Amino acid sequence: MSENQNPPADTSREVTVAPEAGTVVGPAERFTDPGVPEHKHRLTDTDPRAAKRAERTVTFLFVLSVLGTIGSIVAYIMVPPDGTTSGVRLSTLLLGLGLAVSLLGIGVAGIHWAKSLMGDREMVQERHPLASSDETRADAVRDLNDGLQDSGVVGRRGVLKGAFFGALALFPLAIAVPLIGSVGGDWNISKFKHTMWKNGTRLAIDPSGRPIKASDVTVGSVFHVIPETTEEFRETHEWITEKSKAVVLMVRLNPEDLRTDQSPEGETWSHEGIVAYSKICTHVGCPVALYEQQTHHLLCPCHQSTFDIADSAKVVFGPANRRLPQLPITVDDEGYLVAQDDFAEPIGPSFWERLK
Amino acid sequence: MSTATHDTKREAPAEPTTPVGKAADYLDQRTTIGVLVKEFARKVFPDHWSFMLGEIALFSFVVLIASGFFLTMFFEPSMALTTYEGEHPANMHGQLMSVAFSSTLEMSFEVRGGLLMRQIHHWSALIFMASIVVHMMRVFFTGAFRKPREINWIVGILLMILGLGAGFTGYSLPDDVLSGNGLRITDGVVKSIPLIGSPLSYFIFGGEFPGHHIVPRLFTLHIFVIPGLLLALIALHLFLMVLQKHTQYPGGGRTDKNVVGYPAAPVYVAKMTGNFFIIAGVLTLMGATMSINNVWNYGPFDPSPVSAGAQPDWYMLFLEGSLRLMPGQGTEWVIFGYTLPLNVLVPAVVIPGILFTFLIVYPFLEARVTGDKREHHVLDRPRNKPARTGLGVGFLAAFIILALAGSNDLIATHFGLSINSITWVFRILFFVGPVFAYYITKRICLGLQRKDRELVLHGHESGRIVRFANGEYIEVHTPLDEQERWLRVNYEAPAPLEIAPKTDARGVKRKGYASDKRWQGLSRFFYEDRVAPVSPAEVEAAHSHGEHDQLDGSERQAVEAGAGSTSREH
Amino acid sequence: MTQKLKHSQRDEDIFVKALAARRHHRLAPVVLLLLALLTTGGIYAALAPSTAKAETVSTADIETGKKLFQANCATCHGPDAEGTDGVPSLVGVGAAAVDFQVSTGRMPMQMTGPQAQAKPAQFNEEQTAALAGYVASLGAGPAIPTDEQVDPALGDASNGMALFRTNCAMCHNAVGAGGALSEGKFAPALWETSPRNIYQAMLTGPQSMPVFNDANITPDEKRDIVSFLVEQREGSAGGNALGALGPVSEGLWAFAIGLGLLIGAAVWIGAKSS
Repeated sequence: MSENQNPPADTSREVTVAPEAGTVVGPAERFTDPGVPEHKHRLTDTDPRAAKRAERTVTFLFVLSVLGTIGSIVAYIMVPPDGTTSGVRLSTLLLGLGLAVSLLGIGVAGIHWAKSLMGDREMVQERHPLASSDETRADAVRDLNDGLQDSGVVGRRGVLKGAFFGALALFPLAIAVPLIGSVGGDWNISKFKHTMWKNGTRLAIDPSGRPIKASDVTVGSVFHVIPETTEEFRETHEWITEKSKAVVLMVRLNPEDLRTDQSPEGETWSHEGIVAYSKICTHVGCPVALYEQQTHHLLCPCHQSTFDIADSAKVVFGPANRRLPQLPITVDDEGYLVAQDDFAEPIGPSFWERLK
Repeated sequence: MSTATHDTKREAPAEPTTPVGKAADYLDQRTTIGVLVKEFARKVFPDHWSFMLGEIALFSFVVLIASGFFLTMFFEPSMALTTYEGEHPANMHGQLMSVAFSSTLEMSFEVRGGLLMRQIHHWSALIFMASIVVHMMRVFFTGAFRKPREINWIVGILLMILGLGAGFTGYSLPDDVLSGNGLRITDGVVKSIPLIGSPLSYFIFGGEFPGHHIVPRLFTLHIFVIPGLLLALIALHLFLMVLQKHTQYPGGGRTDKNVVGYPAAPVYVAKMTGNFFIIAGVLTLMGATMSINNVWNYGPFDPSPVSAGAQPDWYMLFLEGSLRLMPGQGTEWVIFGYTLPLNVLVPAVVIPGILFTFLIVYPFLEARVTGDKREHHVLDRPRNKPARTGLGVGFLAAFIILALAGSNDLIATHFGLSINSITWVFRILFFVGPVFAYYITKRICLGLQRKDRELVLHGHESGRIVRFANGEYIEVHTPLDEQERWLRVNYEAPAPLEIAPKTDARGVKRKGYASDKRWQGLSRFFYEDRVAPVSPAEVEAAHSHGEHDQLDGSERQAVEAGAGSTSREH
Repeated sequence: MTQKLKHSQRDEDIFVKALAARRHHRLAPVVLLLLALLTTGGIYAALAPSTAKAETVSTADIETGKKLFQANCATCHGPDAEGTDGVPSLVGVGAAAVDFQVSTGRMPMQMTGPQAQAKPAQFNEEQTAALAGYVASLGAGPAIPTDEQVDPALGDASNGMALFRTNCAMCHNAVGAGGALSEGKFAPALWETSPRNIYQAMLTGPQSMPVFNDANITPDEKRDIVSFLVEQREGSAGGNALGALGPVSEGLWAFAIGLGLLIGAAVWIGAKSS
């Protein structure tokens, strides 16, 4: 290593720092740089026994790593996960511990080796200013100019230039238009405003799909409700998308307790204290499902918007601004709860065209 | 290996004899690699534990790629619906779910080591983001972002943002209830954007939420686009680091014109390699013993359920908190029939926008108010830039308050508090906390600087009390050795910008004066309060003032720059 | 399984909550009236199908129960258990409600607060049964479930999972680690709640918790939920479950353990050796 170009550390200690140009301090007003501190020898540099010991430690750690690798492979063969919780846990633990010992053995050995046995004399290298020299810059500018002149882009041939840049600017459209055009599906954003609820759709229990009789809904209970559909439909993607808008939370309050709901003058949207509200938060769309029976408050576990079910689901706390839309309900001839209609307003979070 | 190459090059005329030498000769004759090796093998890198924070990020990224490769062998990014036939976990048997979810279950319960790799991958992601943030803190507080490293600072911010993207696209892949609700929140946030919100939601989901395109799309982003960009930017980040040579902490012999440290080969290479294995080992240990993101607890995505404790991974918590804190009343505006939901836009778009803009702009802002165009390679001690350190701590306070607000339900249950009160406390703290943190931090920095002055002027207290003949007691102070003294005096305390007067010599009003005045105001905010480093003359004065060279005088001259705002206590 | 209740396993009690939170509210009388109606009419209707298997309690036991009631409960609930100002009537709440409240230690209540907290039970099994028998004799209500009704081995954990996440997880967290409600109330962790108490809570809707009657969640489905919850006690397949609280606790552990160890290693690597 003697051929190294850097000055050895010893000479570098003479390096002193002149006060930075530009700062208005006289030379006497600044201390001078004492230079790189004296090199201190390690125990392993001076004591051959310590060096030997360090060497043994490093070797031991490498051997430990090998044992870890072996252990991991043995665990792979001998302890297959049987699928049960405890079986998978054991397999994961043993495989992982083996691998961890294998990795940590190498890591700790390497560091110990570097710290105790490799040279620890600090070296000093000069930095060079990052900016290139003035000549280089001049050359570069000249080269660029030459190139530009040569291409004929500068100064003349306005039509050529226009065509060149125009073509470059436009060609991505041929890729972007089909991509963007198709990537959003049918782009029919008015779908945000409708759900699959319609007049006569029965209310059913989520997830079993059993329709609900009004008499089953006792005061104080809460039902998580989906529109009644076929079992087959409930195994499709369309269902998941529709369910995302259609989920409803239904509660029965004592009729006296129900102060207001959202039904307009002359109509009844609730049935004998049973009210059904959209479960999709008007804030950013989490399912608002946390119903406190005593306070009649409905809390969203995502951002804690709180709605008062007894008072037309208006917001009483948190980041939501609008009340939850109400699903108008009634009972059919057999006593099952059914929707009177779709929600009167778009459910879920606000969007630009919501009221259009 | 490198030394061998080295030797080969030196002995160029002679034929190499060793196998390594031959291989090196073969390579060099075709690639000129000798030049590179010569350049790099003995390149000096300064050593300090805080310089390894970036290394933690880099190597956890390597672990992410390795474990991620394993996972792609078993994960199927499809939203096709299937019934889970596996017996385990028992609570999932027979349920309808997407193929993405069922393949996640199979890789966890049936592939040997599959769950281990999943957990290593997820823990690595958390540590990747954590180390990026802590690395950024180190860079910020030591002023390592100053010229010439502003570009690399911005590359670093881009890396952090890409890391957020990688995390988000990754934890959404299993298509479980928790991440599905995360996507739903994303959808709600996207829809809140004026004009383009609704089409953008269609663009992302390929139709209405959730549709059946999102998992394959996120998968492509997660395993191809984002890692590709990350790799490219990491390469640029490291290239710039090597080109500009690493910064170094202040100390004897360390200047803006040199770099003091250990050579790449062998010490630095050995330490780096060792550190890689340690990082990989610790991440494996975590994956082996601590469960993470047990998606079978949440179940396959279904738009109806949500669980308490519905939170994103920690690096997204600040957004969650920001959404939770914003009061909803009166914050949704309808303008000409169009809806503008400020209760979503402000916390989810504007606030993160402000935080990221602050990070990007800061290096340029500081250079402007300092009037500084020089290259800096010696780091600042945080105390020596009180305003910067204060601003950084204030920024962190805002980030931490938002993250805590994002965990308010857990704080409520674990400390028996009311979630409503906690929300109100955080609403107020979000505005007051950062200002308070800034002020306190700045005062602490100024105090530490004064302590430094004190030490340089009067030395360390030795605990030895001496009685003079006249009965006076005095404690002997030991002067600092020159290395320690240098550490405490080697800094600059810039004064606020001076600007040209409002009118020129002929009394004509100067253009740009108002702008200059504003910059000066900002500069005053940064540098009005400052503590100048001790000069040799002051030490001299302090010593001659005392009755004994090593003894402290009873009165000291407080020599401080600034607008007289800082008087020193005795 | 009887209840060795720990501090963490606290729950809510509908009646005493009313006492605590509504005392100063001007609507308090209305709310109380409604609560009374709720408990009588509501739970009776809810439990109509399952009252068939009421436990046979001897007249002597009912007498003992009455004495215990007068000594320990009558101060608040009134000498005939018909409630007093701010305290609900217990007529028609059924044996299940009494068994839940008393065996989890929530009743008799120690102090007012956002909700009645679980604590070591004050009465032994016989006394609890006697109390339950007495209250059940005052009016028909849900009976204490049989051992078979709550046997986790007979339930379907998979169906229980589907039901739990739709009906319960929003308050009790994904696998029953508990969660926050508004104004200092909370849904307790379910790690140590006995299958019988889990079943009873669904049936009677204590405190903030809504009632899940047998039309909403059938008795078999309730057992499925019990089965799912008991299965969760095996812990996580991935190792330490970290409280099963989700990403926030994972993040905390990532910083505390992961980054802690790695920075520790970095300090070691960066330190000069002596």
